[in-house]
Amino acid sequence: MARIELRNITKKFKRHAALSDLSLDVGDGEFFVLLGPTGAGKTTSLRLIAGLDAPSSGSILIDGQDVGQWSAAERDVALVFQYYSLYPHYTVRENLEFPLKSRRRRLGVEEVTSRVARAAQTLRIEHLLERKTDRLSGGEMQRVSIGRAIVRQPRVFLMDEPLSNLDAKLREVLRAELKDLQMKFRATFLYVTHDQVEAMSMADRIGVLNHGRVVQIGTPHEIYNRPCDTFVATFVGSPAMNLLPGVFRNGKVIVAPGKLEIPVAAEVANRLSPDLEQVTLGVRSEDVALGPGGGLEGRVYGVENHGVEKIVTLKVDEHSLKATVPAHMPIEVDSATAFAIDPGKLQLFATQTGTNLVR
Amino acid sequence: MASIVLRDVEKYFGESYVVRRLNLEIRDREFLVLLGPSGCGKTTTLRAIAGLEEIDSGEILIDGQPMQSRQAADRDIAFVFQLFALYPHLTAYENIAFPLRATNERKAVVDRRVREIARALRIDGLLGKRPSALSGGDMQRVAIGRALVRRPKALLMDEPMGALDAKLREEMRAELKHIHLENEATTVYVTHDQIEAMAMADRIAIMHDGVLQQVGVPSEVYQYPANLFVAQFVGSPIMNVVTGAVRPGDGCTDVVLGEHDAVQRFPVELGRRVTEQQQGRNDPLALGVRPEAVLVALRPADGYFPAEAHIIERLGPYDIVDLKVGTQLFRARTASGHVKKAGDAVWARLDERQTHFFDQSTGESLRIRL
Repeated sequence: MARIELRNITKKFKRHAALSDLSLDVGDGEFFVLLGPTGAGKTTSLRLIAGLDAPSSGSILIDGQDVGQWSAAERDVALVFQYYSLYPHYTVRENLEFPLKSRRRRLGVEEVTSRVARAAQTLRIEHLLERKTDRLSGGEMQRVSIGRAIVRQPRVFLMDEPLSNLDAKLREVLRAELKDLQMKFRATFLYVTHDQVEAMSMADRIGVLNHGRVVQIGTPHEIYNRPCDTFVATFVGSPAMNLLPGVFRNGKVIVAPGKLEIPVAAEVANRLSPDLEQVTLGVRSEDVALGPGGGLEGRVYGVENHGVEKIVTLKVDEHSLKATVPAHMPIEVDSATAFAIDPGKLQLFATQTGTNLVR
Repeated sequence: MASIVLRDVEKYFGESYVVRRLNLEIRDREFLVLLGPSGCGKTTTLRAIAGLEEIDSGEILIDGQPMQSRQAADRDIAFVFQLFALYPHLTAYENIAFPLRATNERKAVVDRRVREIARALRIDGLLGKRPSALSGGDMQRVAIGRALVRRPKALLMDEPMGALDAKLREEMRAELKHIHLENEATTVYVTHDQIEAMAMADRIAIMHDGVLQQVGVPSEVYQYPANLFVAQFVGSPIMNVVTGAVRPGDGCTDVVLGEHDAVQRFPVELGRRVTEQQQGRNDPLALGVRPEAVLVALRPADGYFPAEAHIIERLGPYDIVDLKVGTQLFRARTASGHVKKAGDAVWARLDERQTHFFDQSTGESLRIRL
């Protein structure tokens, strides 16, 4: 297993920069997730590390060695794609053996057999070994694809949205399996996704990408609780963090005068520049509490049942605000309700730049 | 406005049935969601209501009128597909106006109706644009506007948000529900996404293998699933299911979980009711427990059994912790940061009032709640 370092990577396609000055380290045995919307540069980063593309500038190190001149095969990394590229007319066993039959590897028959057996056992596909891959379900095919990566015993696993084509239930199961696998092997995983739940649930650390740049790197806890800007704040978490534009005056953020004014803790207020005017208040739905004595008042615009809880959309004038409440709490659409915002959980962003002012 | 009634509706493709003996009533102004995995027959059902698909037996009534002899166009129903299907060469305005123009409506009326619906959908600023200049969410709004503009009796939607990304879906969900509240068109909405169903539906009808499994308001379906399929299809993370052997305990009923992995104490009443239900057979049950009903303590406590924390998913507002209990794995929902790390020894208990009991062979709920 291995460490990966990307140093000041820029990748241009004609004049468009897909990646700009990207730097990040993935530790040995770490599960690192690159998270971002379509077009953020996630897949491009993976392809550069795999050696399928070359960066326009910058360097890539695996275990401290610059691999810029190495071929994809020499880098000894395994790629798992969203679309399982299996050989359809071959059995699962043949698909698993295939990467080991390359002449460069010079593996004995026994070694090949034992590696395939171990991978099949780990992925619970032993009963499928003699089946042709075109007769497998989506989840089984993706397990075989992962198995094909495992048998190689690569230094690094690179995964490009491997769960995207599976249905929600299966994704949930495979998420846990992948994490289990990574922990068992103490493998280095670099995993690309646009799904924040996948990132939050599996990652040791997350690197959030947007427009080809790293926006923030941190543990899921850091990314969720201390997002560095409004992009990260709204991209991570469901429902998205409430953002309310306001002005900062006399220690308060005024969103709707007289109706939605939120005091800011003194130690936070002191850190803000006094001539700062436009701020955006950020608060997560679970930090908005409904109930009498809340001090603020809104109108219920909509209620979504989520089983274990409900998500209530409140309106205060034209501003909307989502709150998470227990499932058993009775809520009437179009009724007035009191609510409170947990002052300790507030985030403040500069409206102009989107930067978090209290982080 | 309309009520829709399906009576003994069946649909076959060759030997195999796609929809079997379906009885369902969709009430006037209701938002009903047909939920199920792919291939469960939900889209076929929707298309049958629309008149796009013929049924082999049974009847479909709209406002009490049998529909079999009527063409799709004569059913006064609007359909919204997953792929927006807009006319690319027409502006958003013309796309929405199209169904009205086809009925030779007066120009002033068309204009008023298009602007009204566009305002409700918050696309009044985009009316001059062609579909190619619109985002996915706006295209879907235009498609919905086109469906609603002629004030159909019913609106049928087939995974209308399937092509949108997660964030947009979240926003559109609330919007769509609000549009429904304002328009009051009877709506049948097909999806495989249980979150969408729970969030928007007045009632959910869950289908599996062509058979209707349960119909109910979201909280019923979540709290009182009729069988194991519904129990595990609705809710995320998926409900834990474990074999439970019931036996008398010391002033309680003991349930042995899994392969003697743990023993959980339940009130005596459970034993009595299980015996009653099973008429003395004493077959093992399947216990269903949602992650929020698996209680986790950091120290030994009365009624708790030992467990080992395995994978911890820190999702932000809460954690999902996998617990190893002997050969079993239970997923528990805990406060964020409650369990520190994988490998920690913890103690767990199933919340008896939130435990579901199923017949292990049929999967049917025994309808026992403590």
